[in-house]
Amino acid sequence: MQLVLEKRAERSTTIALISPLIAIGLTIVTLCVVFAVLGKNPIAALAVYFIDPLTDGYSLQEIAVKATPLVMIAIGLSLCYLANAWNIGAEGQFLIGAVAGSWLAVKTQGTDAGNWVLPAMLALGAVAGALYALIPAICKVRFGASEILTSLMLVYVADLLLDYLVRGPWRDPQGFNFPTTAEFDPVATVPTLIEGGRLHLGSIIALFVVAAGAVLLGRTIKGFEIRVVGAAPRAARFGGFNANQLVLLTFAISGALAGLAGIIEVAGPVGHLQPGISPGYGFTAIIVAFLGRLNPIGILIAGLFLALTFIGGEQAQIAMKIPLDVTKVFQGILLFYVLACDSLILYRFRLISTSPKVQSGAH
Amino acid sequence: MKRTLLAAAAVLLAGCINSGGACAADKLKVGFIYLGPVGDLGWTYQHELARQALVKEVGDKIETTFLENVPEGPDAERAIEQLVRAGNKLIFTTSFGYMDPTLKVAKKYPNVHFEHCSGYKRDKNMSTYSARWYQGRYIQGQIAAKMSKAGVLGYIGSFPIPEVVSGINATMLGAQTVNPNIKVKIIWVNSWFDPGKEADAAKALLDQGADLIMQHTDSPAAMQVSGERGKLAFGQDSEMIKFGPKAQLTSILDTWAPYYIERVKAELAGTWKSEDTWGGLESKMFEMAPYTNMPDDVKKMAEDTQAAIAAGKLHPFKCPVVAQDGKEVECKGGDHLEDTQILGMNFYIKGIDDKIPGK
Amino acid sequence: MGLIEAIILSVLAASTPLLLAATGELVTERSGVLNLGVEGMMIVGAACGFGGAWLSGSIIVGALCGIVAGILMSLIFALMALGLAVNQVATGLALTILGIGLSGLIGAGFVGERIAPAPHLHIPGLSDLPLAGRVLFGEDGFVYLSIALVVCVWWFLYRTRTGLILRACGDNHTSAHALGYPVLRIRLYAVMFGGACAGLAGAYLPLAYTPFFIPGMTAGRGWIALALTVFASWRPARLVVGAYLFGAVTILQLHAQGAGIGIPSQFMSSLPYLATIIVLVLLSRARTGGSTAPAALGTVFVPDR
Repeated sequence: MQLVLEKRAERSTTIALISPLIAIGLTIVTLCVVFAVLGKNPIAALAVYFIDPLTDGYSLQEIAVKATPLVMIAIGLSLCYLANAWNIGAEGQFLIGAVAGSWLAVKTQGTDAGNWVLPAMLALGAVAGALYALIPAICKVRFGASEILTSLMLVYVADLLLDYLVRGPWRDPQGFNFPTTAEFDPVATVPTLIEGGRLHLGSIIALFVVAAGAVLLGRTIKGFEIRVVGAAPRAARFGGFNANQLVLLTFAISGALAGLAGIIEVAGPVGHLQPGISPGYGFTAIIVAFLGRLNPIGILIAGLFLALTFIGGEQAQIAMKIPLDVTKVFQGILLFYVLACDSLILYRFRLISTSPKVQSGAH
Repeated sequence: MKRTLLAAAAVLLAGCINSGGACAADKLKVGFIYLGPVGDLGWTYQHELARQALVKEVGDKIETTFLENVPEGPDAERAIEQLVRAGNKLIFTTSFGYMDPTLKVAKKYPNVHFEHCSGYKRDKNMSTYSARWYQGRYIQGQIAAKMSKAGVLGYIGSFPIPEVVSGINATMLGAQTVNPNIKVKIIWVNSWFDPGKEADAAKALLDQGADLIMQHTDSPAAMQVSGERGKLAFGQDSEMIKFGPKAQLTSILDTWAPYYIERVKAELAGTWKSEDTWGGLESKMFEMAPYTNMPDDVKKMAEDTQAAIAAGKLHPFKCPVVAQDGKEVECKGGDHLEDTQILGMNFYIKGIDDKIPGK
Repeated sequence: MGLIEAIILSVLAASTPLLLAATGELVTERSGVLNLGVEGMMIVGAACGFGGAWLSGSIIVGALCGIVAGILMSLIFALMALGLAVNQVATGLALTILGIGLSGLIGAGFVGERIAPAPHLHIPGLSDLPLAGRVLFGEDGFVYLSIALVVCVWWFLYRTRTGLILRACGDNHTSAHALGYPVLRIRLYAVMFGGACAGLAGAYLPLAYTPFFIPGMTAGRGWIALALTVFASWRPARLVVGAYLFGAVTILQLHAQGAGIGIPSQFMSSLPYLATIIVLVLLSRARTGGSTAPAALGTVFVPDR
């Protein structure tokens, strides 16, 4: 008797709907065990993690703020992944976007430049992100170099460039040598939506990006091409689709979105350029893209959900003195559950009695 | 079911779980934001020790909470605000990078008091506090010059911010009183905390002929390397003698506890007001670890210098201070440099054969 | 001891954890699996390795604990990526998040403790030879172990039948499967080997480099190991060159500062990454018809029947 994984003839819609519920069920069971071991009340912990943040306006705003860059980047990444182009350097594109946009903010600082500054910054960020993403794309299309690895390498280069700029040329002259630019002028700052809150225009842009992604994938020929090239490359070739062109296109779009997210984060919640502007958004967004099953609406939900675990984790530290490490472990386990359950949409387990030549890895 | 859940959470949020039924609503809530993990053995660890001392002292009147590993980026503002919303009335934000986020939250919640460590922006409900570590560095410089046979000191820097630059200058001013020809080699590791890189830097300095290591980074790695090589070193932030029993000469200990206790007591008494505290040896804002691994005469010299500084008789930056370019620095503080000149120090003194990165 | 020799010794030590972790990842990737969780496996290896050594007083026990911890972490990855055919990139990233949290929990009990570091070898006569004595015979055992490991991996990949099959799985899992090879089982072993190496690499840090445990002490070395595999274009011999080059850049940059040579350190630090990209492009170009990367790298395989 052996347990093997087998591809389903078609996606199971039933499982697609109940898989998140299974994952949440498993998470709750695990959480109860963990907290029982730690001597904390599991039900209370669950409430702090998942329910409290949803019950007041402040936390909801914070969830939206945290989810904004994640969703924006993940939408772009999902296009890449659907087209079988593996951009995992969104973190670098995010940083380059932030750097490029900040250049304008730094240059216009203290001048009476008008309201054109912020839109120009956003445009610069998007263009720079797209160009930076095109480097691995061109290396792949032109030379066949693996884009997974080149895009990852460029993350470090971007990080070091940012580091150099804020420690050297762009350092705030009044900042006592600390590695940060001066606070951006109001015309170079993303406006907030609610008086006294942190919710900013970026969240609206993110929603727009989600809608645009849905339209692109569902209603346009390009979207169709992206799907076909990824799912059935041979068919796509027969259909006359240019796979290389799509690699360039999807990389450019995802780079632009990551760059835009970068400059919005810097000109919004942070307010100046400094090292450490991204707590790994570009990498977390990869997880968001897969949690959302590469579907724009799914990504929106996944981004909000992941943001919820961050906020919930902080509240758990405050309210229940649960160490941050537990939250990290818990986040990791949760991701595993969700990813594993989603796998059942495409595959199913079967018990077989004969001893096959090939054994599954599910030991 | 849902109601019970929410009720359970509400009870928890009010902080009533550990107090055995007696609800602690009238206790003062004090919050802390930490940059590193509480177990970093350095900067964050010392703040955590001070928090524990605080609880020991006035634990019956207060309840403390901390958030650890809070990056100095977009998440900091939220973390601080989370503490405010959880009912904390006095919040210590313990790293320079929290300056702007703290200020933003402070403006939003005028009734909550904030204490920001090592920054320079203040508000009517936001104090700053820091320590005059340069005093300790001056003493270390004297010891170093006595103990170094090669006359070359190795200095591991984190970032070329004024606090670190003034530390290097104070060290050299101290050292020059003993040996006018003392040399220093400086390596910047561009990190407060990367044990591997700090160890590499210590090795590089020793290999290049320095025979004594001083550090302005947070891990005990350099101390450990020095001990292994049979060389001497100074600790940083915390007591590091465990990592170099034969190496540690002394260490500058961050002792925040007296300040935290004083400020919390002021808050309890309703007398808290925004201040700029920059304390030194005289107010025990930091302390020197016991002087070890040195002959008695050196120890005596160090203790005398320490006493003189604590008594205000000796100022490490007493005029004239001559900068690298040979020009005398303007003496704004009477017979010594003014505090603002030290806080914004961005030049090396004469005798340092290097230049500040990015300058 | 001359300065050159001292620099070489520092470079050897700094490169060893990179070489160990990258060797494991090389085998994993050669079998067609991309495990981005190296950093996570390393940091758990560091915590368990230190814990084991501290409790037992033995460096070897510590190293074994690190290896076992790395394997256990890699099994989680294998269960997800091989057993359940989940996307490898996402799984690897989630593994890193998990590892950082776990290491903090495991290490919490050992913070502030120290152990005696792994002893340096001393072979009378040989270790005292002028010039090369210290380098060839006087470092800690891990340094030589890492080199031996690379040699073994080279021999295994290119001189054994199993190695050939492993590479076949990485280049074309469908054909390998059609020929009757157990693709998933081979990949499982390759992933476990990768985990063992990453665990050992992590354990090297608190056992030999800086003999104490601090959360986050791997400081991104797992990611550098990933870069190295690419830089080496999946060849063990080039991996050695790459690891030492990487170590050398790190150490020389510090020495340049100590000697008062003012090059922006960020520029020096970014060189290895830029070099990796250029190497990758050149290699891919030299071979017509695609990249030198294992062709099936990162793709999910579920056997048809």
